[in-house]
Amino acid sequence: MVDLSLHLMDIMQNSVVVGSTFVEVGISAEKSRNLLTIYVKDDGWGMSPETVKRVSDPFYTTRSTRKAGLGIPLLTDAAQMAGGEVHIESEAGRGTTVTATFQIDNIDRKPLGDVAETMTASIMGYPDMEFHLILKNEDTEYVFRTEDVREQIGEVPINDIEIISFIRDMLNEQITLIFGGILNEIIS
Amino acid sequence: MKSLAELAELRKKSLDAINMRDGHAHKRVVVGMATCGIAAGARPVMNAFTEELKKRNINDVTVGMTGCMGMCVLEPMVDVYDENGEKITYVKMNPEKVARVVAEHIVNGQPVTEYTIANENL
Repeated sequence: MVDLSLHLMDIMQNSVVVGSTFVEVGISAEKSRNLLTIYVKDDGWGMSPETVKRVSDPFYTTRSTRKAGLGIPLLTDAAQMAGGEVHIESEAGRGTTVTATFQIDNIDRKPLGDVAETMTASIMGYPDMEFHLILKNEDTEYVFRTEDVREQIGEVPINDIEIISFIRDMLNEQITLIFGGILNEIIS
Repeated sequence: MKSLAELAELRKKSLDAINMRDGHAHKRVVVGMATCGIAAGARPVMNAFTEELKKRNINDVTVGMTGCMGMCVLEPMVDVYDENGEKITYVKMNPEKVARVVAEHIVNGQPVTEYTIANENL
């Protein structure tokens, strides 16, 4: 994966296949602590404590179709390379939250990438699910919720190409607004 | 700065388009979006399909995604289903190839055979 938005996309896909109806993505930049945090939270099937322990092993998967599960191992590798870590909280039947941290100024930290495209691709692919995006820079926060979009568009499907394109432009504007001065640092 | 309130205007435009195509079968584009596909560039491919369809004002084609399509080495992979459910699988896609698939296959009904799985030396 060349950037963190692709890792987010991958972890969101995991959320989809475990029966989630809701996925929340969070990105938080705290320059004062040199800390970039990303997380994906879902309300899917969740995992047992035994599965959580093994999920960083690339040769462990709950799928029967193939014998590898690379999403979490790749994210763990990316976080550790940038002085961070991955933390997984999960409860069977309640859902999972995968959190990854990175040092902002670490030379090996991957760029944030195109988060707006990750969100809109997911909304396009799974129009019946609800997605949230929470952007935080120190004390400034922006919250995007697909429920708010649905309220405005009524019977028009949220995966309508015009709507998706609007959401992408809006999220890109908000990412620029929220992360402002440190945008170049976390994007690059 | 865009606001959600602007969606009301888009809603009207989209509703008109939906009413025009109501009841008609339509083509579907499905992009493989598992770890293998994402790492190989599937997300920009999916975005290129939505951009190209928007540019051409085509609003009766749905773009969706699925998991691993089983041949990771050929990712990004894309299935295009026609109105009868017949499927053509494109392999090793990139955003540059998307414009041609939209123009020749989706608009004119002629699959781009050189991008298909049948053209790969497996």
